Amino acid sequence: MRTWLNRQRLLIEYTVAALGRRRARSLGLLLTYTAVVFVLASVMLFTHALRQEAARVLAHSPEVVLQHLVAGRHALIPADYLERIPRQRGVREMTPRLWGYFYDPVVQANYTFMATADAPPPGHILIGPAMARARGVAPGNLIAWRAYDGAVHTFTVAGILDAHSELMSADLVLLGEDDFRGFFNYPEGQYTDIAIAVRNPREVRNVATRLSEALPDARLILRDEVLRTYAALFDWRQGIVLAILSGALLAFALLAWDKASGLAAEERREIGILKAIGWETGDVLRMKFWEGALLSGTAFLSGYVLAHVHVFHLHGALFRPVLQGWAVLYPRFALPPEIDPLQVLTLALLTVLPYTVAVLVPCWRAATTDPDAVMRS
Amino acid sequence: MRPAPFRPLPSRPRPASTYVLGVFAALIAAFAATFVDAARLRAERAPHTQASIALTARLGLTDPVLMTEARYLRHPSQADLHAHFQDHPLAFDLFPGGSLLPPPRHAHLAQPSATAD
Repeated sequence: MRTWLNRQRLLIEYTVAALGRRRARSLGLLLTYTAVVFVLASVMLFTHALRQEAARVLAHSPEVVLQHLVAGRHALIPADYLERIPRQRGVREMTPRLWGYFYDPVVQANYTFMATADAPPPGHILIGPAMARARGVAPGNLIAWRAYDGAVHTFTVAGILDAHSELMSADLVLLGEDDFRGFFNYPEGQYTDIAIAVRNPREVRNVATRLSEALPDARLILRDEVLRTYAALFDWRQGIVLAILSGALLAFALLAWDKASGLAAEERREIGILKAIGWETGDVLRMKFWEGALLSGTAFLSGYVLAHVHVFHLHGALFRPVLQGWAVLYPRFALPPEIDPLQVLTLALLTVLPYTVAVLVPCWRAATTDPDAVMRS
Repeated sequence: MRPAPFRPLPSRPRPASTYVLGVFAALIAAFAATFVDAARLRAERAPHTQASIALTARLGLTDPVLMTEARYLRHPSQADLHAHFQDHPLAFDLFPGGSLLPPPRHAHLAQPSATAD
């Protein structure tokens, strides 16, 4: 065993010296390789963590949201609409909701206004952390907005929502129902939609189907659909990022394949000399295996560690411009790391294995040929 | 004949493989440490998730705040299926976020009359 270990150490010694002789080329390849693994691992870690976090949080969203449609568009639900909903077995609770959007020209941001039962007193609002940052306000400050009817409404900031919940609350403005109706000139007795709680979670689809049959002008959005929408959204995003990156990935694959599979004349001569001075084919192959494994292993390990720091300590700073788009408000959220061992293994196999094999094949071809012929070729 | 005085051989420089293997071992340790770090951060950030869950359950929120440029981007799960033309007849999707977003997946519940959605 000790002999075997010594032998491998000496082979590695030789490999390192050989890589050192082609320092610029080896270093360039290592840096590019690391960058590719870093980007792939960052996308993988960020998307997986965001998908898991969204699924965990949205599992507590309303089981069914009922929207009223007029001429195919989402319309307000009149008060008597609630009475038109037949007494459904299985419906535990129906909560009419009041919410809407407001564009703030001062910071050119869109807010989500929502009326809540436990809102602060009239004239007061609770605001989301991203909005507080964008407007530079603190509890106790006054905010004035020109509403859609042209009148100026002034509110006192009663508090800022918990920064820990920023992923869900960044742009929220919570206020009382009277303030909401007054600000938006919202018709009395009408609501935005209705959140429905179902007694038995396994009955949600049946209850929704019965409601849908009873109310043809309603659209029912199930929690499952919300979860599916977000699962699709993150898959789509991951796919889009990977599609954008695919050009760079293919270029790298070509570079790596070219580097690994086409032996330079110098390397062929080197193999020939090694064979001529008594190295066995197995030794040459082991030496090349170590070259491929050390290079791709180092690239994978450094790329993955950098991606971990980028996503979970720097909050995916490089993805922010992509995700933010033109939005002014963007939440600062620290994702709880969710690591899928299968994904990490796949990434490792996809990055380390092909390169190591690609290095070995041409080397095996050269090493099994007559040393004299190899040196002369 | 007196034996020659003992002279220790000049110490050989440490082989490069030692450094390389040392760096490789450090990288493996750092890789393993990311999993420990992930577990630590998960425990540390669990209250963040709980705060989001509590707010979602209390207010009945349906969408995380990922993009706020347009209403169909802010609440993709609540948007119309033909959302990208809802602001203006010729309003092609002008926000970059729209290209990052597939249409919502509404269930096809049996309805006696066909509605637009």
